[in-house]
Amino acid sequence: MASTTSIDTPPPPRAPQAEPPSASTSTGRAGDKIFSGLSKGSGILLLVIMASIAGFLAYRAAIAISKDEGNFLTTFDWNPSASPPVFGIAVLLFGTVVSSIIAMVIAVPIAVGIALFISHYAPRRLAAPVAYVVDLLAAVPSIIYGIWGALVLVPYLDGLNSWLDQYFAWTYIFDQTQPGVARNMLTVGILLAIMILPIVTSVSREVFLQVPRMNEEAALALGATRWEVIRLSVLPFGRSGVISASMLGLGRALGETMAVATVLSPNYLISLHLLDPGGGTFAQNIAAKFDEADEFGRDALIASGLVLFVLTLLVNGAARLIIARRKEYSGANA
Amino acid sequence: MAKRIDVSGLTAYYGSHRAIDDISMTVEPRSVTAFIGPSGCGKSTFLRTLNRMHEVTPGGRVEGKVLLDDENLYGANVDPVAVRRTVGMVFQRPNPFPTMSIFDNVAAGLRLNGKVRKSELAEVVEKSLKGANLWNEVKDRLNKPGSGLSGGQQQRLCIARAIAVEPDVLLMDEPCSALDPISTLAIEDLIGELKERFTIVIVTHNMQQAARVSDRTAFFNLAAVGQPGKLIEIDETERIFANPSVQATEDYISGRFG
Ligand SMILES: Nc1ncnc2c1ncn2[C@@H]1O[C@H](COP(=O)(O)OP(=O)(O)OP(=O)(O)O)[C@@H](O)[C@H]1O
Ligand SMILES: [Mg+2]
Repeated sequence: MASTTSIDTPPPPRAPQAEPPSASTSTGRAGDKIFSGLSKGSGILLLVIMASIAGFLAYRAAIAISKDEGNFLTTFDWNPSASPPVFGIAVLLFGTVVSSIIAMVIAVPIAVGIALFISHYAPRRLAAPVAYVVDLLAAVPSIIYGIWGALVLVPYLDGLNSWLDQYFAWTYIFDQTQPGVARNMLTVGILLAIMILPIVTSVSREVFLQVPRMNEEAALALGATRWEVIRLSVLPFGRSGVISASMLGLGRALGETMAVATVLSPNYLISLHLLDPGGGTFAQNIAAKFDEADEFGRDALIASGLVLFVLTLLVNGAARLIIARRKEYSGANA
Repeated sequence: MAKRIDVSGLTAYYGSHRAIDDISMTVEPRSVTAFIGPSGCGKSTFLRTLNRMHEVTPGGRVEGKVLLDDENLYGANVDPVAVRRTVGMVFQRPNPFPTMSIFDNVAAGLRLNGKVRKSELAEVVEKSLKGANLWNEVKDRLNKPGSGLSGGQQQRLCIARAIAVEPDVLLMDEPCSALDPISTLAIEDLIGELKERFTIVIVTHNMQQAARVSDRTAFFNLAAVGQPGKLIEIDETERIFANPSVQATEDYISGRFG
C-alpha cells in the first residue's frame, strides 16, 4: 500500500512464443520498445515536473525568508507586510501538529474498530452497507465538513468543553483559561478525526480482509475466541497496513485547509490548553492570508507551505521506517 | 488424556452441497488412524468436523454425533471454542504465527488457557519442543520469529504448538505434503512417539505413509464428482493394505483407480 509511489518501469510484456516468427515477434519487439519508451518517458517527465515545482517554491521561499526580520522558525506573529517584515511558523507548526495528533488519537482506534467490525464481526448483510456508508463519508467535500463543523459541531462542543473544563481541568490540557466558543484546537482535531476516519477505515478493512485464512485457522484451531483470533492473527498481520492507513489519514489531516479555516477562530498564540480558542495551522493560515497578501506576503506563505511539505515527508519517512523494521516479522513467509 | 472418538451418522454440508454423507466410525485412543481416499472425497471436511472447525467455513453445517469418550461435541451446551482446546489440529501447510517468536508460538495455546507464569510456560515450551523433536534445533533462538524456520521445522513447530496444551486428540491434515522426504520421515517418527500419549488422526495421500504410521486405516470414496463422499471401510491397516474387504479399496490402493 505504502509503496505505490515507486516509478519503476513495469516489466515489458513477453512476446508470445508459439506464434510464427515473422510478423508477430517483430511487432512484439516494437510494442515493447514503444511501451518501455513511454513508461520511461512519463517517469522522467514526472520527476522533471516535481523538481521544477520544488525548485520554484524553494526559490520564492528563500526570497521571503532572507528578508524576514524575525526568526522564521520561532516567531509567533505573521506580519510579512509590516516594515520590516516579521513572520514565523511557530504557531502554525504547533497548531498543525497538535490538531493532527488529536485527530489521530481519536480516529485511528475508532477506524480500526469499525474495520474489524466490518471484516470480522458483522454479518455479511450488515457489513456491506456499513462499509458503503463509511466510504461515502470520504466523498463529502471538505468545505461541507467545515460548514457542518461551524454550524453543528461548535455549538454542540461548547457543552462538552465546559464539562471537560469542569471535571478534567487537572489534566492541564482540558483546563480552559480563555473564555470563548469552541473554535479551538480540540474542535479542529475532532473535525479532522471525522474527516480522516473513512480513509483509515477502508484501508484497514482491506488489510484485515487479506489475512490469510490459514493464519486465522491457526488461532481458531487452538481454541481462540473471535477476539483472540483478532489479537493472535489479524492485528499482527494488519499492523503495517494500519500504519500505512494512518499515514494516509495523517497526510490529509496535516494538509486540511477549508474545514479548519471555517471552524477555527485563528490567532497567533501557542497554548497547550486545548480548549482555549485560537491557534492556527499551515494550510488554514495560507487559505486565510493568500487573497489579501501582496507578492512578498505570498512568498512568505509559500515558505510556510514548504515547511508543511517537509513535515509531511518526515512523517511518511518515519512510517516507512517503522514498517521496514517490522519486515522480518511480516506475514510474507508462511 | 487420550480419548476415544465415536462418530455416528455424521453428514456435513457446504451450503446446500452435501460433502460427506452418513459417516460412522470409531477411532481408538492411543493409536494412529489414517484417512485415505481420492481428492474431493471429503477427508478434510470430515477431519474438520471432529474439532468443530467445519462450521467456521461460510455455509458449513453438520448433522450427526461425535462422541469424545462420552461427551457429544455437537451437544446443545457445548462451546466449540472449548472443543478446539481439547482437539488439536495440524494443517497441510505449516502455519506458525508469523509475527511471533518460536517461544510465543508454542506458548500461544497455553496463554489462551490462562497460563501466564513465565517459569511454567518455559517448562511446557521446552517439553513440547522436545516432544516435537525440534528442541535441539531451536533452543538457541527461541526469541526469533517462527517464520524464519524451514518448512519442516515450521511444521514441527506447529505440532509443538498443538501438543503444548495436552489435547485429547491430535488431527493432522496431510501434515507432510509440503515437506521434503527427510522432514517427512522426521514427522512420521514423531507421530510414532506421540501416539503413546494422544489419539491421532492423519489424512494422507501417501499410501506408504499410511502403511508406515497408522494402526487403522479408513478409506473414503465418492460415487462421482459432486456426489457426497462416503466411508467405504475402516480396518486394521495391515488388512486394508493386504486384504481389504471391498474391491474399491483394493483398486485405490493398488493404483487401479478410476
Ligand atoms: N469451502 C468450501 N466450500 C464449498 N465446498 C467445499 C469447500 N471445501 C470443500 N468443498 C467441497 O467438499 C468436498 C470435499 O472436499 P474436501 O476438501 O473435504 O476433500 P478432500 O478429501 O480433503 O480432498 P483432498 O484430498 O484434495 O484434500 C469437495 O467436493 C469440495 O469441492
Ligand atoms: Mg483435504
